[in-house]
Amino acid sequence: MKNNHMQVEAICNGYVIDHIPSGQGVKILKLFNLTDTKQRVTVGFNLPTNNGGEKDLIKVENTEITKSQANQLALLAPNATVNIIENFHVTDKHALTLPNEVENVFPCPNSNCITHGEPVISCFSIKKTKGNIGLKCKYCEKTFSKDIITEQV
Amino acid sequence: MLNPLFRKHIVSINDISRNELELIVKTAAKLKKQPQPELLKHKVIASCFFEASTRTRLSFETAIQRLGGTVIGFDNAGNTSLAKKGETLADSISVISSYADAFVMRHPQEGAARLASEFSNVPVINGGDGSNQHPTQTLLDLFSIYETQGRLDNLNIAFVGDLKYGRTVHSLAQALAKFEGCKFHFISPDALAMPEYICDELDEQNVSYATYSSIEEVVPEIDVLYMTRVQKERFDETEYQHMKAGFILSASSLEHAKPNLKVLHPLPRVDEITIDVDKTPYAYYFQQAENGVYAREALLALVLNETIGE
Repeated sequence: MKNNHMQVEAICNGYVIDHIPSGQGVKILKLFNLTDTKQRVTVGFNLPTNNGGEKDLIKVENTEITKSQANQLALLAPNATVNIIENFHVTDKHALTLPNEVENVFPCPNSNCITHGEPVISCFSIKKTKGNIGLKCKYCEKTFSKDIITEQV
Repeated sequence: MLNPLFRKHIVSINDISRNELELIVKTAAKLKKQPQPELLKHKVIASCFFEASTRTRLSFETAIQRLGGTVIGFDNAGNTSLAKKGETLADSISVISSYADAFVMRHPQEGAARLASEFSNVPVINGGDGSNQHPTQTLLDLFSIYETQGRLDNLNIAFVGDLKYGRTVHSLAQALAKFEGCKFHFISPDALAMPEYICDELDEQNVSYATYSSIEEVVPEIDVLYMTRVQKERFDETEYQHMKAGFILSASSLEHAKPNLKVLHPLPRVDEITIDVDKTPYAYYFQQAENGVYAREALLALVLNETIGE
């Protein structure tokens, strides 16, 4: 018998990020500064999925997801879905597309990169090579795998 | 002719197109043949070396003076406001670049030149930023190859030694990949092989490359043998002694070389090229070092002059 109980309470207006890989939810909360907002944020970690796996889920009320956040999400959780909710109904779905670059989000993992301690923002160009996502620092020109960059969040 | 490098920052070899590389190399050849002592007349060039350098700094300063320019700067950051008073590099650059017509710099941190280009009002020329880029070394390498082979296309080039950490080999491979039909031969200890990201870039550009276990194996087919130093400190003593023999070039290794083969090395060498090679017609590393002056002259002349007369 299918269990139709909602695992996390429905929201009236806002957005829902679903199908976040288990364990990434907390990074997204931190990256989007959702721990500082006054709006209601409902979070589910390690929720069971239909195919027997686990996922994280985040619901944020009365807030719109920005383009920059959607881009960052494409990097952290490329298979996540973003649903826009109005009056308890899904009114739009955001397609996640990998951005060409990501600015001012992650520090450069190279401790000898000039960006540490200078008045500039970090900037990485994103490149997909042989199925792997690499981020190249605009300054030190070193390329890091997505996991090394996002581990720092 | 419109000069595309006028007022341009020279930060990374990746920013320079094939046509621009050719322009620099051809300008260097002209300046070597026919000196132009007034190309930088009334120009003040800041030469700021935040870390020690011998060849790069001296050849830059020679280039500036040979073209009639004057130099301001320092060869040691120890006495600057950065080190003494904690000033940011960004602030130092903003101030120094307001004094000069161009800014030549070396810095121990990767990305320093890119940052400088964002705060400088005048062209920045990167003389080396940490382990990242050293574009003027690549330009003098290209000039030496062009001068000895007459072309930059369809060359067989062997890279020997530390291919993992050696920024000169990375930049030279990236620069030559912009030309047609070059074939690369890599010879290094396994622990110091060419990094995957460079090989991926070569794959993307359909550049042909292969790895070999000895120099002798490739000597008969190559046009350029680019030697680099395997640094002792990367290995323990026993491992180093055992391994280094395979990456030393001696005159006897060149027995089956083609007549046009030239041996290049960014210098300083320690014992990876034995001195008996110096007397062979293949040795070109000292002329290559001299070419550093002409390559840097060409670059300075191009970034500071809208047009350069024939």
